[in-house]
Amino acid sequence: MPMTITEKILAAHAGKEKVTPGELISARVDLVLGNDITAPVAIQEFEKIGVDTVFDQERIALVPDHFVPNKDIKSAGQAKLVKDFAHKHNLSNYFEVGRMGIEHCLLPEQGLVGPGDLVIGADSHTCTYGALGAFSTGVGSTDLAAAMALGETWLKVPESTRFEFEGELKPWVGGKDLILHTIGDIGVDGALYRAMEFTGPIIENLSMDGRFTMCNMAIEAGGKNGIIAPDEITRAYVEGRCRRPYKFYRSDPDAKYARVYHYDASRIEPQVAFPHLPENSRPVSEAGHVEIDQAIIGSCTNGRIGDLREAAKALQGKKVHKNVRLIILPGTQDIYLQALKEGLIETFIEAGAAVSTPTCGPCLGGHMGILAAGERAVSTTNRNFVGRMGHPESEVYLANPAVAAASAVMGRIAGPWEVK
Amino acid sequence: MLLKGKVWKFGSDVDTDAIIPARYLNTSDPAELARHCMEDADPAFPSQVKPGDIIAAGKNFGCGSSREHAPVAIKAAGVSCVIAGTFARIFYRNAFNIGLPIFESFEAAEDIKEGDEVTVDAGSGTITNLTTGKTYQAAPVPPFMQQIITAGGLINRIRKGDTPSLY
Repeated sequence: MPMTITEKILAAHAGKEKVTPGELISARVDLVLGNDITAPVAIQEFEKIGVDTVFDQERIALVPDHFVPNKDIKSAGQAKLVKDFAHKHNLSNYFEVGRMGIEHCLLPEQGLVGPGDLVIGADSHTCTYGALGAFSTGVGSTDLAAAMALGETWLKVPESTRFEFEGELKPWVGGKDLILHTIGDIGVDGALYRAMEFTGPIIENLSMDGRFTMCNMAIEAGGKNGIIAPDEITRAYVEGRCRRPYKFYRSDPDAKYARVYHYDASRIEPQVAFPHLPENSRPVSEAGHVEIDQAIIGSCTNGRIGDLREAAKALQGKKVHKNVRLIILPGTQDIYLQALKEGLIETFIEAGAAVSTPTCGPCLGGHMGILAAGERAVSTTNRNFVGRMGHPESEVYLANPAVAAASAVMGRIAGPWEVK
Repeated sequence: MLLKGKVWKFGSDVDTDAIIPARYLNTSDPAELARHCMEDADPAFPSQVKPGDIIAAGKNFGCGSSREHAPVAIKAAGVSCVIAGTFARIFYRNAFNIGLPIFESFEAAEDIKEGDEVTVDAGSGTITNLTTGKTYQAAPVPPFMQQIITAGGLINRIRKGDTPSLY
């Protein structure tokens, strides 16, 4: 029976020849993930199960990244709980400040996730790793606790939806614009419970960083996972990096899809998603005059080296507008160092931007860039819900790194072509 | 079990930041989370919600983050159950895992108004609006998830027996 890539990976981890959408399976996990917000709850639940040890010390990643470097005493307490648990159980993949990064930038970079893997994480953007041709999805803390004890989890096999991108990318258009356009088309529950499989010539030529961005935001359409068939671009990324053997899966040509969408990328401009839902996307050229107080470049969506290069290209030799705070957060220490070596950090600082150590901070209104009532931000992050970045009367506009950088220079939402 | 209470009505796509804003996620204490539950969507909610009250909302309730703090906050606020057209998938899982009863019914979610008195038969999924007299049938719950509820949450479910396991 023909299967999609998602079905093949689930079947392999459930020890079955085949699985069909709707079927409930118990599946082996290759890696589980928690952060400083979700892991403390998982640890408390884990203690209740009554097992002495975790299922595998090598396969649990704990990454304090949301409120670190600790923003207050309570956050410090949560981070300490995670650290103490990691030490007690001798976990090899605990990442301390100074060596850490934003979880979904960090784990692929460190070779902890590979093609064909099944990963669950207590963070909704765990779906990012689908870019490597893995099945990965977000769960809650209790599911994480159970998986830390058992090494398995229960899953309902999702129906798959295919998104095919053809044509040619316009200048300044990247993965962020493709996914914002898609969410704008299908809505924030347009892929509810489903696998989102991205295909077509545009995807086949998209960089790994662009692919991570697209799969990262599958959850913003309600998707269970985003996934891209691994190819030579994937191989170049994982070779010499992946710490475990990996396997390339592809959907069968006659696999069943609940629905297939076709997009002509030649018609997609850089996008901006207006408050207060990611589905409110429109071309930058139709944004109108929207003045901003802050611009954020970073996050698990757009904090990778390719994103920083795009931002630097738009900022080169320019100055941030006097009314704007531009805050740039490289996704990991390695990305930070690479940006430093390439001179990107110098470009940012000379432009008048603040450059931060890796943290999720401002994306979820935690710290490092909170908005006051009435303030507006352009951000390369993934959500623009009410109060997401601070006061409930503030606003977030989602965009790609070049648009965020250009907007910071112009003091209003702007395309990079407008920066003279 | 019969759940009964006054309805707090919300729209579609109620996200987890609305249910419990991230600025309060430096704690996982249920009572403290309950004090801020839904406050950005309705500032009166945390102080005026009564034990047994019911949340009714449109489609895609609980979209956004994976924070289990969201269903925990709702449960700790005393809410007996949530009725919605659909639930975002991580919230759906989390609600079962922590023992917050939730029911899917487009008709009920659309008809029921703020302040209506509603009962839900948790076993059968029958929703009755005492204010209007109308009844609705919630979508059936998969048997495996029913077992999680019966056991009192996922952790209780897996620790039964000598060897913890899912099945």
